[in-house]
Amino acid sequence: MNSGVKRTSPYKVITLIILVILAILFAFPLYWIVTGAFKTAASINATTPDWFPKEWVMDNFNKLFSRQTAPLWELAIPFGSKFSADGNPIVFSAGPVVPASIRWLVNTVFMAVMAMVLTCITSAMAGYALAKKRFKGRTMLFTLIVCAMALPKQVILIPLLREMSSLSLYNTIWAVIFPTVGWPFGVFLMKQFSEGVPGEMLEAARIDGAGEAKTFVEIVVPMIKPGIGALAIFTFINSWNDYFMQLIMLSSTSRLTISLGIAKLQAENSTDFGLIMAGATLAAVPIIVVFVAFQKYFTQGIAMGAVKG
Amino acid sequence: MAKSSNTTSRSKALVRRETCSAYLFLLPNLVFFVGFVIIPMVLCVYTSFFDSTMGKDAKDIFIGLENYVNLWKDEIFLRSLKNTFIIVLVSVPVVCIFSLWVSSAIYNLKGSALSAFRCIFYLPVVTGSVAVTVVWKWMFNNYYGIFNYIGQAFGLIDKNINWLGDERFALWCIILILFTTSVGQPIVLYVSALGNVDTSLVEASQVDGANHFQLFWKIKWPLIMPTTLYILVITTINSFQCFALIQLLTSGGPNHSTDTVMYYIYYTAFKLYRYGYANAMGVVLAIFIAVLSAVQFKLAKEK
Repeated sequence: MNSGVKRTSPYKVITLIILVILAILFAFPLYWIVTGAFKTAASINATTPDWFPKEWVMDNFNKLFSRQTAPLWELAIPFGSKFSADGNPIVFSAGPVVPASIRWLVNTVFMAVMAMVLTCITSAMAGYALAKKRFKGRTMLFTLIVCAMALPKQVILIPLLREMSSLSLYNTIWAVIFPTVGWPFGVFLMKQFSEGVPGEMLEAARIDGAGEAKTFVEIVVPMIKPGIGALAIFTFINSWNDYFMQLIMLSSTSRLTISLGIAKLQAENSTDFGLIMAGATLAAVPIIVVFVAFQKYFTQGIAMGAVKG
Repeated sequence: MAKSSNTTSRSKALVRRETCSAYLFLLPNLVFFVGFVIIPMVLCVYTSFFDSTMGKDAKDIFIGLENYVNLWKDEIFLRSLKNTFIIVLVSVPVVCIFSLWVSSAIYNLKGSALSAFRCIFYLPVVTGSVAVTVVWKWMFNNYYGIFNYIGQAFGLIDKNINWLGDERFALWCIILILFTTSVGQPIVLYVSALGNVDTSLVEASQVDGANHFQLFWKIKWPLIMPTTLYILVITTINSFQCFALIQLLTSGGPNHSTDTVMYYIYYTAFKLYRYGYANAMGVVLAIFIAVLSAVQFKLAKEK
């Protein structure tokens, strides 16, 4: 009747107030990182905290950038030492010399994007085959994938380290990328999405004389696009934040990821909070910007992944 | 007769062709899956029967189940197992209830308010475990941390407390931080599940005079059960694997009061170089997680 007037019960008002307080508490650590990065040393070490920086200074960033340096870009070719004449790994490096922390950021972006692209391509192909093709060993393979998915990833990291060093991939970015790509969740998700592709469409494409590759690219991929988007988001964030794997696989300064770099910074200067917060800002801000920009897709993707998974 | 044998041979050829193309599609993924997931898993179980060290020239000695037997005599392992279970038993129900409460409070808000809240609760997840951990380390700091300042300002504590260096508090500090980084995903999932509840069901029950409480337990709760189950499983797995927090904040100290199984595995393998022993722990942890997930599934199915 009078739908324009909304009744607000006191219960609702109280709930909303509590929610706002909680939201402030949840956002506070991030606020503290970013403001801390711009505070003076005196302000950081004050016993009475400055809730807002009295003066904004770049000291902490200057300190962070004046530490070690590294070339902006360096790429080790996987298994390069097997092919090169002298048995040394093949490494391309390019770009000007930059602060190591910028290099860590470049490494991290490369790792997350590479893991994302490889995972999406290989999982979409494998998921389609598992969903739509009848072949020997299909049930066995699928059972294996489901079982592997239920196991904690960290458990395999120690044997993985030995394997990586025998493949001479240890301490290259590939050692972090390859296991992420192999993780079976992607295949599982893609299989669930591919089930929804109608068999008649595939049949029709075959009758029209389309080859396997063409059918996959032109019929299947457009239909499972939302799934691929969700998987891309998952993989990107997981890869970016997979601290344990990065910790085990990467060691030399120029090859660290940003998370590892900050952890190292903290281990070496445990009480220089300004410097550490500057590092943390550098680590957190890019991914938060990506997150806020794609927020809708992120949340949709997460929800969709759960429904299908 | 001739005709039917002809079709079988033709369908056999078709089957062979389909198998062939299926494996071609599977191949790129299988290389990574077998190479970097299955082989290490097999190696993990295999090496757990050996006395094996990390060094290059070290020889592995077969010792059967000795690693597994020693585990149950290892006080630090038992302590870390206990800590892990405390973390799981506290954080899983708290995370589930908290995220359900927040989601049911925000899911019918206006679009922008909803996404603002959802975004904020998800922030600690995106920020990344390391950045989140270092700021908490500062906030808990003995001299410069704001927790001590606030505690004293409100008269809750008399003198500064070394939160992370005190056996009584350290584990609870870890649980608190773990909580803030764990609720983001459940909230997103619950909001979407509650938003998908059929409005006609809700309206029908309101017409029948159901109150808020009945509406929730009788209509919504059964419908969001699958989501709850999924959240239970992922939260359990995440809490079991709590590692970055421990490694960066306390390194298992003081006096092993914050050792978790995951951290102890890392410590055994990379600080003590006891490779086989660490793998045996890994196998035990995997079994625990598998059994717990299976139990949760079973309980939820029966309901």
